[in-house]
Formats: sequence, structure tokens, C-alpha cells
Amino acid sequence: MAKQLGFFVDINKCTGCKACQVACKDKNDLPTGIRWRRVFQYEGGQWVNQGSSVIPSDVYAYPVSAACMHCQNAVCTQVCPSGAMYKREDGIVQVDANKCIGCRYCSWACPYGAPQFNESLGVMTKCNMCVDLVDKGQRPACVEACPYRALDFGAVDELQAAHGNFNAPAPLPDPNITNPSVVYNPNKVTKFTGDTSGHIMNLEEL
Amino acid sequence: MTEPNFLAKALTETAITRRSFLKWSAALGGTAALAGGMNYGLKAVKEAAAQSVEELKTVGCYHNCGGRCILGAVVKDGTVVRLVPDPTPKSEENLDSNPRAIPCLRGRSQIHRVYAPERLKYPMKRVGKRGEGKFERISWDEALNTIADQMKRIKDKYGNEAFYYQYASGSNWNGPDSGNAVTRLLAMFGGFVNMYGSYSEAAYGQIIGFSTSGYSGNSADDIPNAKLVVLIGDNSVVTRAGGDNAGYWVMKAANQGTKFIIIDPIMTDTVMATQAQWVPINGGTDVALLAAMAHVMIKENLYDKEFMATHAVGFDEDTLPEGAPANSSWVSYVMGRGPDGIEKTPEWASPITGIPAETIASLARQIATTKPCAIYQNWGVQRRAYGEQIVRTVPIIAAMTGNFGISGGNSGNVMNGGYFPMSGIPVPENPVKASIPCFLWPDFVSRGEQMTSALEEGGVRGVDKLSTGMKFMWNHAGNMIINQHADVNLTTKILQDESKLEFIVTSEVAMTPSCKFSDILLPETTGFEADEIITGEGHGMKGNHAWALYNHQIIQPLYECKGIMWAAGQLADRLGFGDQFRDGHQTSDDWMKDMVATAQQAIPDFPSLDDFKKTGIYKISNPEPIIAFADFRADPVAHPLQTETGKLEIYSPALAKLNNPKEIPAIPMYIPEWEGVSDPLREKYPLMMMTTHFVARSHSTFENVDYLREAHPQALWINVRDAEQRGIKNGDMIKVYNDRGEVHLPAYVTNRIRPGVTNMPQGAWYSLDANGVDVRGCGNVLTNYRPTPYARGCTAHTNLVQVEKL
Repeated sequence: MAKQLGFFVDINKCTGCKACQVACKDKNDLPTGIRWRRVFQYEGGQWVNQGSSVIPSDVYAYPVSAACMHCQNAVCTQVCPSGAMYKREDGIVQVDANKCIGCRYCSWACPYGAPQFNESLGVMTKCNMCVDLVDKGQRPACVEACPYRALDFGAVDELQAAHGNFNAPAPLPDPNITNPSVVYNPNKVTKFTGDTSGHIMNLEEL
Repeated sequence: MTEPNFLAKALTETAITRRSFLKWSAALGGTAALAGGMNYGLKAVKEAAAQSVEELKTVGCYHNCGGRCILGAVVKDGTVVRLVPDPTPKSEENLDSNPRAIPCLRGRSQIHRVYAPERLKYPMKRVGKRGEGKFERISWDEALNTIADQMKRIKDKYGNEAFYYQYASGSNWNGPDSGNAVTRLLAMFGGFVNMYGSYSEAAYGQIIGFSTSGYSGNSADDIPNAKLVVLIGDNSVVTRAGGDNAGYWVMKAANQGTKFIIIDPIMTDTVMATQAQWVPINGGTDVALLAAMAHVMIKENLYDKEFMATHAVGFDEDTLPEGAPANSSWVSYVMGRGPDGIEKTPEWASPITGIPAETIASLARQIATTKPCAIYQNWGVQRRAYGEQIVRTVPIIAAMTGNFGISGGNSGNVMNGGYFPMSGIPVPENPVKASIPCFLWPDFVSRGEQMTSALEEGGVRGVDKLSTGMKFMWNHAGNMIINQHADVNLTTKILQDESKLEFIVTSEVAMTPSCKFSDILLPETTGFEADEIITGEGHGMKGNHAWALYNHQIIQPLYECKGIMWAAGQLADRLGFGDQFRDGHQTSDDWMKDMVATAQQAIPDFPSLDDFKKTGIYKISNPEPIIAFADFRADPVAHPLQTETGKLEIYSPALAKLNNPKEIPAIPMYIPEWEGVSDPLREKYPLMMMTTHFVARSHSTFENVDYLREAHPQALWINVRDAEQRGIKNGDMIKVYNDRGEVHLPAYVTNRIRPGVTNMPQGAWYSLDANGVDVRGCGNVLTNYRPTPYARGCTAHTNLVQVEKL
């Protein structure tokens, strides 16, 4: 049995530029409005008076690059009535466009917003980890694109062995829902899932 | 399950249609709006063409961020399918000397720039008022004949000093299709008025010679050798993100645990990503901060006395040059013994800078005692009212703290760069000697005859005064004639008076706002449509390495687009010097063979043109970082700086002679800005506004690209407190205005900018609604056409505005 594949995101190296998102859209020819990879800007803190100065108090910000998590408990596959959403032996979750009826149940079920409806095609679409490249031994477009080498992919157990098993940075949802195949390396200001001290700043990603 | 099968079938049919359409367009130079359906076609093309062979060809990203990144284009059946980053095999990548030139998000969006709906499709002539955007299609013949006739007419009537080649940077390659084709044409035609300085770094470039002389500091690959890095007005991870690799080295240092202190009104992505100590300063007050830090260092004896005594001029009274008045040294200025009598204590600087006095003192101690400490300025800090002053101050702090000329330290100058020794298209000596500060071209239009060599009258060089106003402008691959120049509404008035500037030619790839002010438009090919060579020259590449890149033509020219070298040659024919212009070069290859020969002179094993086409990439790297001024540090007598005195000039005798102590003092000083933190105009317009570089654009290039507009929408950054006072929430539409104009755009309400400061990232394309209000976020509607005192340079970050919820 092939090992479950997943992504690794090093928040210490990410600058929030979205080269990953643009490379994904270029590779997969995605129309405006569909973003298989998104980069959330999470920000918190406040400005306070100190004497005659106004200074930042615990002001923090960090980016979270997120695509389909190719979850071990892929709820999208469970709710799909046509059997279009399926998990490969290596754990990559993808849509069979021939079977998809565009009902969108998967997008309602997925806490990460990964499956997205393509109006012009009439089917659900989502990150498939560039399965065509992966099958040729290459790396997904987003991983290859990062100017700061913040992204990687591979067998999740190997990523965990190398980088730990943290998979719950705010503003992402509780990983217990779907058991995502992802590892994040948090930076020193990264908050945990459920955090309410900050909010997502870049509204275009919502 | 008939429905999904039907959809799948529709998908395949779309694919074939799409593919046929692309081929048809390429073959016929199709005139349809090719980009209209672009989003859906490319993947389908790939599937439909599954049997055919994919080819990988090198192309470049060639604009003015400085990166010149390397892309591989996956080409199938004459169609570009997708792009991949620098295909140099990772096995050959030596990260320590030459990291791969992985393009940033902009480079990755090139397909959508090439196929954008805004592409110019055929030559056009203006039929409405300048700026209205009304044009009529004409033939290449008519366009070229019109330009040639106008050139002859204007030369006969006004002479060659009426000609100007506009500052522009949209297409930064060696060519053959570079702006040099136009300047070669104009020089052979009798010449054109030159320019000096730049919009990016006028104050820095013009004044640094009066401090350190040498332009650059340590190369970026030396940054990981520092214990502490201090960046002043530098956002390298954004502005030098891709192959340029300054951002790469900054992040490498941060990831190994090096501490960063970043002085910037904005918590930039560099502050965020390096997890720096952010010093959120009021814009334009950096000299006050550094003077106060110097005060702490002097008072607490935390500076390198010996170096300042042996290597610097005018640090204290003992090292003032002959003839300098008493109490005119830096120490006198800082300690309150100078003409203003003010001691530059942290308490003095605090209300100016907005930084608490104790923070200033602690910064001073940290920077003075952590060794080595790399202090870099970048150009963002000097595009301000008195930009020259901070440029000359940073090297003083670098020297005082013992970091000038050492590894892991820096001179305070901008990062050093690589250089690839290959020439572009040769331009003969320009017979016209007059040169203007590039920022002052509207003066050349409106009052050229009055521009003289006196700084306040225009700072003309090469001649005492200009003989005529500008009558002919060629704008190649540039958006400076409206969008990227200060005070759009003023420029509009100047350009709409057709008795002044009589004729404007723009050669471009897309219908930019500047095109709308032009009289003739020539549609240019992009990098996908022509063979070109791209090198990273000058200070563009800041990682101590460089490369030459063969940019392959991967698609047929779209529509009626042509390369500028062809167009310039056609004009030369019409003007009677075609043979001289071509000088035996009939094809692009002929020109490129010459370029390759210049590289071979410097690098004997540089390949032949044919081999270079096959490999596509040739990289060179210097394994050791460049340590600027190390020889001077070791022996200032044997290796003097190229300044007047041979030393680090804190006091410049040459600047003293200008006798303008209030605006161009002999030692750098804090000069309160007009439209700055202490300008009484803040009662009317309380918010300072900067117009910084933006992650989704290289200046205004890429602004129209859908992928990038989606990834990073234009917005005004405004602090949470300022927004709350105005009832503004994140994403609300707002009105930003001052006496110069008004802009409507969304608000980005954030903690990541200091209260009282706003930022409208530069480069959005000036677009008016029915009421004449810019609705795309062009910051230059609000900026001030008022130059810096010495360089006569751009001051785009010094503005006051008011903001209201719409």
C-alpha cells in the first residue's frame, strides 16, 4: 500500500507572496474565483498609548498557505452521492469529472473549503496535488514555485519524522474533524486552531 | 448518469475549439480579443494534445524589479501550456553561491500578461483628446510614415533639443528589442535630450558620492554572516523576491536565527517573515532616529573612536576639513553645539519619530554592542521630501558602530549586486549634451526654455540652459507619462496643451494609461513572441551572482505586434539612414551574435550563440561575498574612497559650497518634511500616505493581470485606530483625497501600519469613473510633483491625505 501523501508548509519561511497560488492557477488553468491554494493572512494585536507615544502591543501577523489537505478522514468522499470524489491509494483526493454532478455537497462538508465549483465546467474542482506530475516523479507546482522554499510534499509519516506533527495553525479548523495530511512548522507567533485573538485579513481568500 | 458524461464531452469540445482558436490566432495574427476566454483553454489544450510532445524552452521575466528571473515554458503544438521555475537542475544548484532564480508570483503569471485583453493589437492613432482613450486603427505604414514626418518636421522647426526619450522600465532586457533600438535611432537622427537619476533612487544615486562614493554595500549573501541585521526602508522579501535573491539571503539569515531590526512605518512582509523587531517610525523621520541613537552612543561611549578619527571627515571638530566653520561637525550637531543648539536626545526624537525614548536608547545600545551588525538602507527611505539626508546618515551609524567594511557588517549602503558582462544594442554617442533630472520632464514640456543648470531652475547638466521645450517624446515600454509620475491631474493639464509637447509615440504591449495620452501607438511583442537575451546587469541582482538567459520565442507574434528593432529600422529607412542603423545586422541573430561576442571577451568559455540557444542559461557566481570598502578599512591611505577627501565624508566640502544649509547641508541633518509629520497642513489632511512597491506588480507592469489582481487586490492600508475614528471596516470602500485629487478604493484596516500613516501601493492603472474620480487606486493622483533638493528626484512617499468612508 502506497504511503499517504501530504503537504509540508514552513511558516518560518513563508512571506505570504502567493507564488504558490499563482503557480497552481497557471498549472491547472483555473479561472478567476477558483483558488485551489490559498494563503490566509492571520493578524492580531492592538496599538496602545505609552506615555506620549502610541506603540504596537502584541501585534503579530503570519501567513498560512493551505490547499486540499488530502485528509485521512476525507469527509468530502463520504458525502459525495455520485462517487466522483475519491481517494487514491496514495491518499490523494480527487474528483472524477465524468461522475461529478456538481451538487456541491463536498464543498459544504469540507472545513477547508478545498472543493470549489467551476461554473463553466459544471463540476467540482480541487487540488489534486498535481497528480500528473507526481505520477511522473515530479513535485506539485506550488511546491516547485516557492521562491523561499517554504513548501514541500511527500509521505506524511516522513514529513512528520522530519518536521513534527503540528497541523493546527489558526485560522485553520480543528484537525480532529478530518485528520488532514499536512504538517506545518509554526513560527514563534503562530497561534493554534480555535484562537480568537486575531482574524483573517485578506478578504479575497474567504 | 447522462449529465456528467455530457459535461465531459462539452469539456473536450471546448478543448478542441480552444486549441484551434489559439492556432488560428497565431497563424493569422488574429484580431479577436484572444484573452477573453483564456482561463478555460490551456488545461484543455493539454488534454486534447496528449499525444504530442512537450518541449521545455527557457523564457524570462524581464521587467524592472531587478530580478530577471528564469522560467521554463512548457510548449506543445506551438502553444504555451504552463510555466515552470528556473529549470536549472537542483542537483547543479549550489545554494551557497548561486541559488536558482525562482521567479516570484509575477513571473508565474506571464501567460496571463501575454494573453491579456489589454494587449495592443495593431498600430493606432489618437482621435480624441489626450487622455480620453479614443483611437483609430491604422496600418504600420501609416504609423511609421506619420512618426517619420513628425520627426523631420520637429527637427526642422525646433532642433534636436526638442526630442526626448522618456524614462521607462517595462522591458529590461539586452534585446535586440530593447529601448536602445529607439535611442540608437534618435542618436543617429541628431540626438535627444538625456536624463540623469531615476525615479527609484534619485536621491541615493546622486548624493552617495558625497559620503562613501562607492554606490553599494556588502552583497546580500554576506547577510547570514551578521549577528544582527538592521534594515531601514527595505522590504527585500517583496521587492527582491525572485531570482534577484536578496530576499532569499535575508530569509536564510532569519531562518538561521539571526535577529532583525526593521525601521519602517509598515510592518512589511519582510518584518513579518523575518520575525523582526519592528520599529514603526513616522515616515521621513529616520534621520532624527539615527541622530538620537548617535547621541546615546556618544554619551555612553559606545562607538569606534579610532575609526572615526582616521577614516572620516567631519565626525567631530578635530576632523573637520579646512575652511569648515566651527561647530559644524556631526558630533556638534548631535550634542547640541551646532547652529540649531538642539541636543538630539532620544527625548527630542521621540515625538518626531513616534518611537518611545527608551526604545531609541535600547536600539542604540543593541546596535552598538552586537557585532557584527549589518546595517542596510534601501531606496524606499529616500523617495521622500529630503531623501538625500537619510542616505548620508546611515553610513555614519555603520561607521560609528564598527561595521563599515567588514564581513557580517555593512557600510550602510544598499546591497551590492552581481553583474553579467554582456552588452546590449550599441547606441552611438548622443550629439545632444543636455541632460535633465528624469523626474523633471514635465518642466521640460511646460517651461523647457527656462530650465537652467541652477538646481532650483531645473538642475540641467551638460549645457547652461535648454534651448527649447520638449516637442517630441518617445515612450517605449513605459507608463511614466501619466501613471508613474507624480500628480496625475497636473500632468494631464500639461499634456493636454498640444501647443507644448506636440507629438508622443508610445511603443507598448498593452493599453496602459500612458498610451491614452499618446498620439501614435505601436503594438509590441512580448517575450513569448520574440527571441531576446536577458541578463541581470547593474545593481539588479543582489546575491553576488548573475546570469545570461536566452529568451526563446515560443509563440508567433499575436495580432499585428512587432519588435521595436524592426520598427526602428523601418523608421531609419524612412529617415534615410537605414543601412547605417542596421550596420550589417539583418536578423535578430545578427545582433545577438554581437552580444554573445561581448560576453565571450569577458568569459572565454561563454558558448556560441547556437549553443547558448540550446542550453538557455549561463550562470556565473562569485563564491565569496563582496565586502564593500574592506580595503579602505584596512588602509585608508593606500585605498582611499573616491570622495573629494578620500575619506568617509560626514562633512562634505562640495555640498558646503552649494551654500544651501537649510535643504542641502554639509552634514546630514533632520529636516522636517513639507507634508510630513509636523506640517501644519495635517490639520486639514491628517494622514501621511506612502506609495510603496507592491508584491503583485513590478511598478505598474502586471497590474492588469487577472491572477495577480485576484491574489493581491489594491487597497489603502490604514491603521485600525485611524479607521475606527472614521467608521471604516476592513474592505469598506473609501475616499482618499487631498488638494491634488481623489481616489476611491477599498480599505485594508490593519495593525501593520502605524497610526497616522497610510499606504497606497504604487502602480495601479489610473482609471476614471464617470465623475472623473480614479477608482483603481492610482496613488499618483495624490502625490506631489516636488523634487528633492539636490537630486531633483521623486518624493512619492511624502504626501498628506484625508480618508472618508464612502
